[in-house]
Amino acid sequence: MIISVASGKGGTGKTTIATSLALSLGNVQFLDCDVEEPNAHIFLKPHINEKISVGIPVPEVDESQCNFCGKCAEVCEFNAIVVIKKKVLFFPKLCHGCGGCAYICPEKAIKEVEREIGVIEKGNSGTIDFIHGILNVGEPMAPPLIRRVKKYILNSKHAVIDASPGTSCPVVEAVKGSDFCLLVTEPTPFGLNDLKLAVGMLRKLAIPCGVVINCADIGNEEVKRYCESENIPILMTIPWDRRIAEAYSRGIPLIEALPEYQHSFSQLYEKIRGEFR
Amino acid sequence: MKQLTIISGKGGTGKTTITAAFATLSDSHVIADCDVDAADLHLILEPSIERSEEFYGGRTAVIDSDKCQQCDECIRVCRFDAIEDYTVDPISCEGCGICVHACPEGAVTMEMHMSGHWFISHTRCGPMTHAKLGIAEENSGKLVTLVRQQAKLIAEKESKKYIIIDGPPGIGCPVIAAITGVDLLLAVTEPTLSGIHDLERVVGVARHFNTSVVVCINKCDINPDNSFAIEEYCKKNELEVVGKILYDPNVTKAMVNKKSVIEYPCGEVTKEIKSVWEKVERRLNGI
Repeated sequence: MIISVASGKGGTGKTTIATSLALSLGNVQFLDCDVEEPNAHIFLKPHINEKISVGIPVPEVDESQCNFCGKCAEVCEFNAIVVIKKKVLFFPKLCHGCGGCAYICPEKAIKEVEREIGVIEKGNSGTIDFIHGILNVGEPMAPPLIRRVKKYILNSKHAVIDASPGTSCPVVEAVKGSDFCLLVTEPTPFGLNDLKLAVGMLRKLAIPCGVVINCADIGNEEVKRYCESENIPILMTIPWDRRIAEAYSRGIPLIEALPEYQHSFSQLYEKIRGEFR
Repeated sequence: MKQLTIISGKGGTGKTTITAAFATLSDSHVIADCDVDAADLHLILEPSIERSEEFYGGRTAVIDSDKCQQCDECIRVCRFDAIEDYTVDPISCEGCGICVHACPEGAVTMEMHMSGHWFISHTRCGPMTHAKLGIAEENSGKLVTLVRQQAKLIAEKESKKYIIIDGPPGIGCPVIAAITGVDLLLAVTEPTLSGIHDLERVVGVARHFNTSVVVCINKCDINPDNSFAIEEYCKKNELEVVGKILYDPNVTKAMVNKKSVIEYPCGEVTKEIKSVWEKVERRLNGI
């Protein structure tokens, strides 16, 4: 089973929930797909034993074979390649790596080369297989790297995916294909607004979901009311607790700092299984 | 006219709370909410929308099943696994159009795809531009750019001193779109190892695009050692720390009451954010 953890709003506790869920289960794969700001390694402290460079294919033009017909520029939907008189200009950060220019070139003057956009690190943390992607600073496009991280998912184990905040392409890429998505929220107007957006996204992707309400006593009752009216199960609530905030600040997983939560996380998994059935 | 973007790297550090406070404190500005895929500023500023426009982010491939001969050529060339059973999944489609060129039957066309809305609004804290990206849509970077362009037009027309931009979390395309060409970035961080890690990356992005950054530590008393570590990091990297804000549960109460922390006073927090704004304003004016 693939369980992803998302939220809409940032800072609600995705990584806290994802890491403690993985630790409570043991023998799972953990994939940090928040490649822009990956943080799970701070908590799981994995021993990294493999580092893989990830690139996207970009065009390299052999100008000796190019007759500057401009077809490549015509087909590029992203304006990443431009032909001006006897010169081909290429803007690597606009290129999505679709291969359209190389495909269309009548002179076969374009070959594709890899351009690194980030790295994947693999390792383990106890019985957990740990994999995360790290987008290179200055790179705009996270989805190709997320796709590559997810290629490591095995069928033989449970996988826990930590997604980035928001509801647009990087999050869609991270949660796509999950069997179940946990949405971590806080009971505030911001939390509720972004939860609604996240639920909308998951419904469009036809992924079943349940909610974890973190800092459950800080705001109002609106999140609870919303979940009830939309028939979304609330699978866990965690009160605001200074000890949790402090443990988080020091990179200590919740179930290690407060072992009494071990039981809640085992229950959370059972509830997810129940919902999934 | 000067532009300020509030960023953080890590989500949930308090960007929008601080932006809303600045909107109440500044006397001449346009607000731009550039967190277009999870916008929250409107929950505090309660904009009344004066103009609403559709946003067409990009194009999506569509296969005409009458013309399609099921030769599989489009499936072969698509690198985004977007075509299944001779139909295009609009969520996976990158909009590259290679399938259009590959189809020998001319059965594939590209269609403009409405992927959200953008708005010009009036708020009790001045004009605001904002947007709503459609569910599971892409091209948020383009939409961010559009929201900023509209804010700039208003600022120029109404001779406003500042554009105050609420940025998205992360370091990817919408963040890059929200920070390129601005005069100053305020990075809001928190004294957690995650907060520090993410601050370093977002400062890296700022440096990559040659933009000045100042730093504000929110909830600084959650872990004083980490707050100190952030200050040391900032000193080493010549970044000014413009504020250290205490944790106060009243900040959430202000949000629930749809008020900024200036309108709903939160003691020391309110005082400190006022001082942050003064420092930021001075920096914006090159003093």
